[in-house]
Amino acid sequence: MRFLAAPSTLGPLLPSWSELIIGAVAFLIVFGILAKVLMPRISKTLEERTDAIEGGLRRAEDAQSEAGRVLEQYRAQLSEARHEAARLREQAKEEAAQIVAQGRADGVAERQRIIESATAQIEADRQQAMTALRAEVGALAVELASRIVGESLADEARQTRMVDRFLAEIEAESDGVGAR
Amino acid sequence: MAITQIATLAASCPNPEDSSHLYSGCPYPAPGLHSFNFPALFTIGPFRFEKPMLIAVIGAALVIWFFWAAFSKPKLVPRGVQNLGELGILFVRDQILRPMMGKKGDSYLPFLVSLFFFIWVMNMMEIIPVAMFPATSKIAFPVALMLMVYITYNYLGIKHQGLGGYFRNMIPRGVPWPILLILAPVEILQYTIVRPFTLAVRLFANMFAGHILLSVFTIATWYLFVLGIPLLFSATSFILTIVLTAFEALIQALQAYIFTILTAQYIGDSLEGAH
Repeated sequence: MRFLAAPSTLGPLLPSWSELIIGAVAFLIVFGILAKVLMPRISKTLEERTDAIEGGLRRAEDAQSEAGRVLEQYRAQLSEARHEAARLREQAKEEAAQIVAQGRADGVAERQRIIESATAQIEADRQQAMTALRAEVGALAVELASRIVGESLADEARQTRMVDRFLAEIEAESDGVGAR
Repeated sequence: MAITQIATLAASCPNPEDSSHLYSGCPYPAPGLHSFNFPALFTIGPFRFEKPMLIAVIGAALVIWFFWAAFSKPKLVPRGVQNLGELGILFVRDQILRPMMGKKGDSYLPFLVSLFFFIWVMNMMEIIPVAMFPATSKIAFPVALMLMVYITYNYLGIKHQGLGGYFRNMIPRGVPWPILLILAPVEILQYTIVRPFTLAVRLFANMFAGHILLSVFTIATWYLFVLGIPLLFSATSFILTIVLTAFEALIQALQAYIFTILTAQYIGDSLEGAH
């Protein structure tokens, strides 16, 4: 009969053995397959995914820091090169100034030297000419005077005295002309 | 006795649940305990294979089939059903396991996933056409699952806290002894009797009541389906059937969730020790 309750006071709370066993077995099969086969697979995949994402992020970070480092390096090199160029420019300027000053000093010294040597040469030439002239002019003048006076001046000592006096007069005269 | 009267009345009707209408002389074939008894589909000796068993087996097969499709060849970039499967296990992990047990409970995830989805699918059979019966409204199925949980958490408790420690930890500390006299038996009963009993009966009773509720309005829709004023009542019953089906869908997921989260809590307690 359909309306008969289960043969116990527990009614619907009384579990039937066959259902209990089938329920337990069905659950154990589900649990077994999930626990032994499927969940390890998906856990592994989830871990791999986490790794992949974190690895990608880390790689990107590395690349970024590397790029920053290289940029910094380039900047340092650039500024170093700028400093070097400025330094070279300064050095060149200094050298140029030095060369110009040196040249100027050299020129001045050379001019001085030339002037001095020319002055000395002129003085020497003048002395030489004067010496030569003195002897020649004396001889000429004596010869001239002896011709005019005749043999009166045969005495050598008197001749020399007379010539010297004469030349001193000329010299005084020419000095006076030169001073003027 | 009213029941015997109804029984005799019903017996005079050829097939009360299928054919009776109002005014046909048959009474309203109200659902009752008999709604949970089924003829054997086949028998092997004393063993009778009935519809609830078939539903449980199909439910288990569906769970396995779903997770096999999702996770048998998992991809790093999930596609299709794998997305759905991941959503499922991550829900169990993040909404049930982690809040109750923390990260150290992660090794119990397969157990909780199996429980949640097996119960949910068996519950959902209530509103799936053709099946139209939740296997969990037969107490044996919740009891079978409860036994798994009961064995698991007691075993883990004794393993992690020692036999003496397990029972000592059931009793709260820092309580004056006269209160302890009452509290200690209550707490020990709580762990050994109340927890497993409520765990199984909560699930069973919800599904049992759900099946009765839906049956009442489904049968009423058909029983009142006669020309005239009763047609209005029939329509009302029909609308209620639809609304209650949606409501039951919610209850089914909720009961699977409650069963699983309580299991997680019990296992967590066993791992932790003192409470």
